[in-house]
Amino acid sequence: MPHEPGINEPSRLPFYVLILLLLIIGVALSVIRNQDYGVPWTPSESRQVWDIEARIEFTAVGGPVKVSFAVPNSQAGFTLVDNSASSAGYGLSYLNSRSSRRAQWSIRDARGAQTLYYKTQFLVDQYAQQKLSTAIPPLLQNLPTPTFGPAHKGAVAALSEQALKRSADNVTFTRELIKQLNDLDNQNAALMLNDFSKVEALTKLLAYAKIHSKTVGVIELEDGRRRQSIIPMIEVWEGDAWHLFNPESNEQNALNNVLVWDDSNVSLLDVIGGKNSKVSYSMIAQDITPISATKKKAAADSLLNFSIHSLPLEEQAMFKTIMLIPIGALIVVFIRILIGLKTSGTFMPVLIAVAFVQTQLLPGIIGFLLIVGTGLVIRGYLSKLNLLLVARISAVIIAVILIISVFTIVSFNMGLTQGLTITFFPMIILSWTIERMSILWEEEGAKEVLLQGGGSLFAAVLIYLAMTNPSIQHITFNFIGSQFIVLAAILLMGNYTGYRLLELKRFKSLAEG
Amino acid sequence: MASWLSSAAAFVSSLFSTSRQLNLNGVMGMNKRNGAYISRYNPRSKYPLVDDKLKTKIIAQQHGATVPILIGVIEHQAEVKRIHKLVQKWQSFVIKPARGSGGKGILVISAHNNGVYEKPSGQVITSKDVERHISNALAGLFSLGGKNDVAVIENLIKFDDVAFSGFSFEGVPDIRVIVFKGYPVMAMMRCSTAVSEGKANLHQGAVGVGLDLATGKAVRAVQFNQPITHHPDTGRLLSELVVPNWQALLELAASAWEMTGLGYMGTDMVLDKDEGPMVLELNARPGLTIQIANGEGLLPRLQNIERLATPIKYPEPAERVAYARQHFAAQPRL
Ligand SMILES: Nc1ncnc2c1ncn2[C@@H]1O[C@H](COP(=O)(O)OP(=O)(O)O)[C@@H](O)[C@H]1O
Ligand SMILES: [Mg+2]
Repeated sequence: MPHEPGINEPSRLPFYVLILLLLIIGVALSVIRNQDYGVPWTPSESRQVWDIEARIEFTAVGGPVKVSFAVPNSQAGFTLVDNSASSAGYGLSYLNSRSSRRAQWSIRDARGAQTLYYKTQFLVDQYAQQKLSTAIPPLLQNLPTPTFGPAHKGAVAALSEQALKRSADNVTFTRELIKQLNDLDNQNAALMLNDFSKVEALTKLLAYAKIHSKTVGVIELEDGRRRQSIIPMIEVWEGDAWHLFNPESNEQNALNNVLVWDDSNVSLLDVIGGKNSKVSYSMIAQDITPISATKKKAAADSLLNFSIHSLPLEEQAMFKTIMLIPIGALIVVFIRILIGLKTSGTFMPVLIAVAFVQTQLLPGIIGFLLIVGTGLVIRGYLSKLNLLLVARISAVIIAVILIISVFTIVSFNMGLTQGLTITFFPMIILSWTIERMSILWEEEGAKEVLLQGGGSLFAAVLIYLAMTNPSIQHITFNFIGSQFIVLAAILLMGNYTGYRLLELKRFKSLAEG
Repeated sequence: MASWLSSAAAFVSSLFSTSRQLNLNGVMGMNKRNGAYISRYNPRSKYPLVDDKLKTKIIAQQHGATVPILIGVIEHQAEVKRIHKLVQKWQSFVIKPARGSGGKGILVISAHNNGVYEKPSGQVITSKDVERHISNALAGLFSLGGKNDVAVIENLIKFDDVAFSGFSFEGVPDIRVIVFKGYPVMAMMRCSTAVSEGKANLHQGAVGVGLDLATGKAVRAVQFNQPITHHPDTGRLLSELVVPNWQALLELAASAWEMTGLGYMGTDMVLDKDEGPMVLELNARPGLTIQIANGEGLLPRLQNIERLATPIKYPEPAERVAYARQHFAAQPRL
């Protein structure tokens, strides 16, 4: 007596737990990508990189020259993704101290006009944090005690007193000071500004109030600007970070277009063995796709990063297509299980769609119909020759290759470059398709061929539309987690035991009460 | 715009009500068949038995079932020419790929003489055509997954032309019985027509006649999913169809459970004029059109069997057939 399967039906629970797990993993991975790596959900949020070039010019007096130049690092709002220096004949080294970076050029002998370039590239990145190393709290004993002449003493006291009254902490105190310094009617401010620049005046006032501050050199980012010079601003310590202030302006919230170039608090440029030195900056902004933005960030991040973007470009391009295949599979599963459409060969539509991606849709469909149509005619002739199947398929493959070559050459000579992409069709798969369809034609008639061929083509077009959708491309390529979600969806659909859409029509006569 | 929307909404709601009604009537869909019956009741390891017609034939014979006589098997390309000597003593025969399905690759020869072969339709083919057909079959053209195959040559069944005259046109009608856990649950006869070109394939235009399990009498007939009353070619009134030898035929079908151990299967039977019911082939993935031919859903009957308690000694085929004939009787609707 045969055993009885189906009696000890395993519980469905582990299955649903698995699906839930896949969903959780998928969503979690995606959220992490979005939060930690700043990959946006949609491809439309394009992002900016700034290419900034510093040009150092000086006149060498003859003999050894040593140039030390403060260079910027990643900071709040910007991630440093690239830097390079060009300087014919100079040796270059970088000095990284705890609080700053400097580039150092040196040469044994130089005379006359010299030009050195230093290029950086910054990614605008709302998630970028101030580097911890530069956020070391300053030491109290380092705070200089300013001395004021009798002319200023009263002014300093008055300015501080008013600012103190109207403020709650270091940040608001500084803001109040700047307001007074920019007030043209303020007598005390005018007195200070007679002898000091606003930056100097502010520094002294802050030191007088025992607040840590430092002067930093910033550049204002404006697309296409050239020959811009560095602007001094003030950073004030409050809480656990430095806050940047522009002493020239009362508007302190418009500082997101400002890049701190030099926060060394030492000097921007030191030239030994030269004179008349000056630095100027030029910059351009470019909008880049989030993909390359992420790539740039991933390259800059020293964190261990499980992302496709850490692979070389060539492999990335390959993965771009591979990551879309599950979407194709999902659509095939949907079409077969939920709609109930027949396709010739389960995953043939996916391969055809991949070819369509290369050829574009219309040339792809025309090419597909041309190849399969011509192939069927040739196969019809071959069937008269009494060949063995393997030989016949091989002959069809060669015929397909010949068809493809002829179409390519003809369309090229007619000036249709689109015709060239026809070579992307998977030839062996097409040959089998032709063979199967030819048999189908002989056995079940042209109608069935049109039905199944049409079904496959319809599925291929749907998959093509999904694969070329920018949002889908963006999600599948940037969020590995999406693959888990697709897998969960496929498993769920595999569990669906309801009617297929086309069955509703098929069983219509059984639906009467 | 609004009218477009409301007609779309009406369409969708009509889909839902169709779906609900089908569900109420116990109509089984493809996904249900695959997920709830085939994958649950048919152990994969048993598939090779039924996917290979040669193996099916052998085990059926071992269990004492009658099968069409095996004339020979052609396994290699080099043997293809042997076919002519092989069939010399047989007036009519059938060539089929052992692992074919859905009528694919079945070549019926009703007469032959000196290398000239005749199909039931009267069409004449050459010995070269027959050889090519066999080498295609060997290469796996008609077979599951396109794998290499063997060609089975068996005796042509002489169907009972007294009982069935006028019910089938140029082809052997076969009787499909769905057997669930050894119980016959639904049956139909498939009669070829001119449109179906002598094949008993329903989607090619063969007539499906639902059979009352209690009596073997026709319940309802459909062609292309539409109810009909007369055979389109012979004009014979289909309600007059009665399958003789009904108990024996159902018992043979039911015994396929002991042969294969497949819980949910379609048995294809034929009634030979001289030898009575024969097993033509067994199917681990039987189609669903039988429901249309009977005008009834399979699910209530399947669930009836699922609810049965399993006795220590499993009922014999005859007992199971008795149960089915008693519980699954139908009202003729023709
Ligand atoms: N020995 C035979 N004699 C007469 N007709 C046959 C024979 N074998 C098959 N046929 C015809 O071919 C059809 C399909 O055969 P079958 O063995 O069921 O193969 P398939 O798996 O392709 O359905 C049958 O319904 C019957 O009409
Ligand atoms: Mg069959």
